[in-house]
Amino acid sequence: MAKKDDAPDGLRLDRRNFFRTTGFVGLAETIASPAELAAQSTPASVGPGDVPVRLNVNGRQIDLMIEPRVTLLDALRMRANLTGNKRGCDRGACGACTMIVDGRPVYSCSTLAIEVQGKQIRNVDGLANGDQLHPVQQAFCDKDALMCGFCTPGFIMASVALLEKNPNPTPEQIKKGLDGNICRCGTFSRIFEAVSSVKGVQRG
Amino acid sequence: MKAFAYVNPTNEKDAIAALSPQLEQAMPLGGGQDLLARMKDYVTQPDRIVNVKSALESTVTPSGGGLRIGAAMKMVDVAEHAEIRRMYPAIGAAAIEVGTPQIRNQATVGGNLNQRPRCWYYRNEEFVCFKKGGDRCFSPAGENQFHAILGGGPSFIVHPSSLAVPMLAYGATFRLAGPKGERLVPAADYFTLPRQSLRMENVLAPDELLTHVILPAPGNVKSGHYEVRYKASHDWPIAFATVLISFNGSTVQSAKVVMGAVAPIPWRSPEAEQALVGKTITEETAAAAAEAAIRNARPLSQNAYKVDVAKTAVKRAILRAAGIQTA
Repeated sequence: MAKKDDAPDGLRLDRRNFFRTTGFVGLAETIASPAELAAQSTPASVGPGDVPVRLNVNGRQIDLMIEPRVTLLDALRMRANLTGNKRGCDRGACGACTMIVDGRPVYSCSTLAIEVQGKQIRNVDGLANGDQLHPVQQAFCDKDALMCGFCTPGFIMASVALLEKNPNPTPEQIKKGLDGNICRCGTFSRIFEAVSSVKGVQRG
Repeated sequence: MKAFAYVNPTNEKDAIAALSPQLEQAMPLGGGQDLLARMKDYVTQPDRIVNVKSALESTVTPSGGGLRIGAAMKMVDVAEHAEIRRMYPAIGAAAIEVGTPQIRNQATVGGNLNQRPRCWYYRNEEFVCFKKGGDRCFSPAGENQFHAILGGGPSFIVHPSSLAVPMLAYGATFRLAGPKGERLVPAADYFTLPRQSLRMENVLAPDELLTHVILPAPGNVKSGHYEVRYKASHDWPIAFATVLISFNGSTVQSAKVVMGAVAPIPWRSPEAEQALVGKTITEETAAAAAEAAIRNARPLSQNAYKVDVAKTAVKRAILRAAGIQTA
């Protein structure tokens, strides 16, 4: 079956990284696989090795050297120490990785970091203002809208995006707006209560 | 996920040049909501990813009384587009039910139409089925509760696109662009049964892109769209239907009936359409047409219930088209 090649980068010692770490970069390139050579013959093609990727996250510029296959979620969690949003299913089914890109909530596990360069990315790490929680974060605390908390960062980001689009949602609109997030502890009713209680979110 | 080279072309020509005639060697990336998951599961392992979001249009333009939709348009923008909803309400109804808010914010029209089957054998790396170049379909002797009841064999997938069904009903044409230029393919000829092409679900070549959906003027039709699901959200329907009816007074002059999630392609039912012509829509005439729609169904060992579900979807879509309240 297919060769598995998706170990976290820091732990991997494959041919390319071995040569890079031992300084034989030129040699490594001379023995690149035919597939890599074919790929490189196309104009403006980058990778499959590390390429510079510049992201704008929470208003801050972050420069990374990552492979094109790295998702936005993994880039922020594993390379930028922005670990607030969680990796749940990694298949766009659970919502724990939800971030806001150009004002819209997306699954960061199902988005390549390289394709969101130049966009405004927000994750849960950038939501609070110092010790001052965002109104949605405060509402989740006040209404006790979590149990284990693993889904919470994703729910918070989906809720923020929902309220920035529609500051006064009906219960039905809240349910529809949070369709893409799952809480395995089953705190949905508290989450809906928290979101309906939020006041003062500015339209985005 | 296998490592890949990445190309980010800004126009159609460069995007096509970056593709490859070899199957799945270079893959266009739209919203990535299907492709990236397949790559993570080693079901699809391209050497090169061509991000087509900047290369393809994501807007709607008027075209001969109808609309021309760019393939890079996001599902959320389709669902919220006033002109699409006014002229083609069934397309708006289908778009708003796709996936979740996060998925609709990323997923594109082209990606929805060209996503691969949701069959769990296809999606599992260990099952080398027809769709992956293997020599069998695992569903007839396996777990087949969501598989095809019409048009199946030798593969029994159901077509996964929600947009394809209303688009076929409205008579859409797809513009495809490749190294030899463009071609216009009616939706009715675009999707292919497994006995026509086993590996893929449509006529799009590996080095072609679906660039636009061209919708003709809708004419004076009433539409009904009805989806039946296990869950209220974040799931593919068990069966669904789009029905378009043009009335002469209160009698049906002509009708289009297309079912989804029941066959390897969006499934048009001339039998149901014929059953409606000349009738006034009532519970009884709608039920009779729905019965005609599934008369040729051949369920597998675990999906006979889908015959009833499909029948209900058709019946309720007909009633909705006639403005009659349904569950």
